[in-house]
Amino acid sequence: MISFGLTEEQDAIRGAIREFAQGVVRPLARDCDEQSKLPDDFLQQVWELGLTTTQVPEAFGGMGADRSQTTTAIALEELAYGDAGLAVAALAPSGFVNALLDHGTEEQKQRLLPGLCGTEFACGTLAVVEPGAMADASRPKTTATAKSGGYVLKGTKRFVPFGDRATHFLVVAALDSEIAAFIVARDAAGLTIGAEAEKNLGLRAVPVHTLELDGVEVSDGDRLGGSAGGNVRALLDTSRAALASCLVGVARAAVEYCVPYAKERVAFGEEIAKKQAIAFMLAESHTEVEAMRWLVWQAASKLEKGLDATKASYQAWSYAGEKGLWVADNGIQVLGGHGFTREHPVELWFRSARTLGVLEGTVSI
Amino acid sequence: MISFELSEYDRAKLDAIKEEGLICRKYARYYDEHEETEIPPDELPEAKDFAPTPNLASRQSEEDSGPSVMAMLYTVYRCWGDYAVKLRQPKAGGLGNAALMAAGTDEQKQRWINNFLAMAITEPGCGSDPSRVTASAVLDEETNEWILNGEKIFVTGGVRADGVVMWATVDKSAGRAGIKSFLVMKGTPGFEVAKKEKKLGIRGEDTATYVFSDCRIPRDQLLGGNEEVQKKGSGGFRGVMKTFNMTRPAVAAFGIGISEAALDFTREELEKAGVDLDYGAGMGNRSAVAEKFMKLEALHEASKLTVLRAAWLADQGQPNNMESSVCKAHAGSAVREITQGCIDILGPLGVSRDNLVEKWMRDCRIIDIYEGTGQIQRLIIARGLFDYTRDDLN
Repeated sequence: MISFGLTEEQDAIRGAIREFAQGVVRPLARDCDEQSKLPDDFLQQVWELGLTTTQVPEAFGGMGADRSQTTTAIALEELAYGDAGLAVAALAPSGFVNALLDHGTEEQKQRLLPGLCGTEFACGTLAVVEPGAMADASRPKTTATAKSGGYVLKGTKRFVPFGDRATHFLVVAALDSEIAAFIVARDAAGLTIGAEAEKNLGLRAVPVHTLELDGVEVSDGDRLGGSAGGNVRALLDTSRAALASCLVGVARAAVEYCVPYAKERVAFGEEIAKKQAIAFMLAESHTEVEAMRWLVWQAASKLEKGLDATKASYQAWSYAGEKGLWVADNGIQVLGGHGFTREHPVELWFRSARTLGVLEGTVSI
Repeated sequence: MISFELSEYDRAKLDAIKEEGLICRKYARYYDEHEETEIPPDELPEAKDFAPTPNLASRQSEEDSGPSVMAMLYTVYRCWGDYAVKLRQPKAGGLGNAALMAAGTDEQKQRWINNFLAMAITEPGCGSDPSRVTASAVLDEETNEWILNGEKIFVTGGVRADGVVMWATVDKSAGRAGIKSFLVMKGTPGFEVAKKEKKLGIRGEDTATYVFSDCRIPRDQLLGGNEEVQKKGSGGFRGVMKTFNMTRPAVAAFGIGISEAALDFTREELEKAGVDLDYGAGMGNRSAVAEKFMKLEALHEASKLTVLRAAWLADQGQPNNMESSVCKAHAGSAVREITQGCIDILGPLGVSRDNLVEKWMRDCRIIDIYEGTGQIQRLIIARGLFDYTRDDLN
């Protein structure tokens, strides 16, 4: 069945998160970006929304709702509509938790989930991104070498959210010709976490760090999914879909900001919204926001049904990456010189969009 | 619940139309090269064996898609076979039929439902702005007849049609409010098919010019029956414009079918050439040609989903005015880019008339023009965004 209908529950979640995004996230966004800072009470507030823990079974400390990638995608669009940096911060712990839920062994779930699903903010995060041009999450340069009873990890990971406080990292590495993921505790021998947070173009609100893995030893039980290995391809697919969700939110924010601006701003005797040059830009932007969203939903729905979602996730991610940036870029143009200043949020969304498009493996749905 | 998987029942209907589409595709080049030849629709030798169009509204379970969604997918795969497949559609599919169903009285619907009705709006002096229609309708109170005068161009299916819903003004001073639509059957004295256009593409579908010279029709052939001219608002005009909320997604679906055919052809050629389409890889591990092709596929998928979204809203009984324009605007430009891009990838193979890709590119070029140009769709979308009227933004 082809259906774009939300469940009642999804509709309620969307409403609640939209309110949170407007009331809490958006007002914080500029300061967090300027100061590359994340208030602790924000993290706790987000935590209490239950984004990370809702879909975790009660036995592991969660709230026992069904695992739903479409619900998370909807929530993520709304959060990113508030601010993408704060959205990535809010959802980064879910990246690790979802990976365990979807691909972990029972032992891994029992061992790690309760500690990550309490009443206080806690996190493990994904360590997928690598330095160097043309980094490719599906062909990591970080290597895992099997040895008796476990593996040895070697390589560098970048853009790892919450490197300063995560208790665990899920490191994606090449194991012979496969890709595999490994649970690495922050105090593992051979792991060096960058002392300073990285300085990046966008998403400055979320602290991200570089990890150096210099012969980090992990046990067999630390390979995601055990000796057979989890479906790391599907894990990367959820990440692509998540970034695409964020891009939809960012692009929508830009359109919704530009509409009232264009209706107020007067040039040559009338509102610029009445000029086709501006009206068409925004009509096209709105059109692309819709198109992007349906691709995201399609990918999320395939993931939710356990189907192969690699192509659908690629399409959502690639299309949203390109069009999300284009919409944000148009947003600056509509505001002209004002759009170039940091008085208005459009330049922030433009930087967010550019950054989101290249960060496979930071968040997941 | 969000879902994009077709049920088996849905799929069986679409598989059947694809199979039939492939048969029709064998004749695609013939129709393209014999624009002047009148071949009645059922003369495809195989057409007699085609199954009747399934009831798209029938659902066996909750897992099956809604009727509008299915109608769009059915349209997509009909045109995936070939645009000219439409030639053998049962004679109830003209745009005029859609107008009849949207704005006609019950009696009118019953009377004309089984005819193929074209729609005549465009004139030599007006296209995108139908409020400038100059064809006139004057009521002769003595005989209870309307007297129609004027010229209509670009009438889709106008040669083949049994009759037409034509737009004329009953009161030029009233502007848009004075425009009414009239049902005129072929053979009515004073109604002449004056010309058949020669076109870039969709040559299998005729496009006609009509001339009305003192053409008299009975008074009750005013569509909807409302003779009153409201000085305020757009009156009956709006009713007919509403027709487009489902025909625009359908036109977008024509284009989506054609672009899907072009992508399928190109994918096969890339496979033959050993090009690997690795959707999981990063950009650095894809060839330029694979990257380009995969992006065209994504564009296609995005466009198709906007069409299904507009149709799904209709199935829910929700307004879809904006979404109809969104999908028409999106598909209008997407299918141009996709079919032109496929030729880019295929090179000389793409422009050779030994294959159909060059024809698909020509056929697709109309999608962004008829049923409201891409620019008109953008105006509608922008008015929706800004909450503007036609007078605010035009």
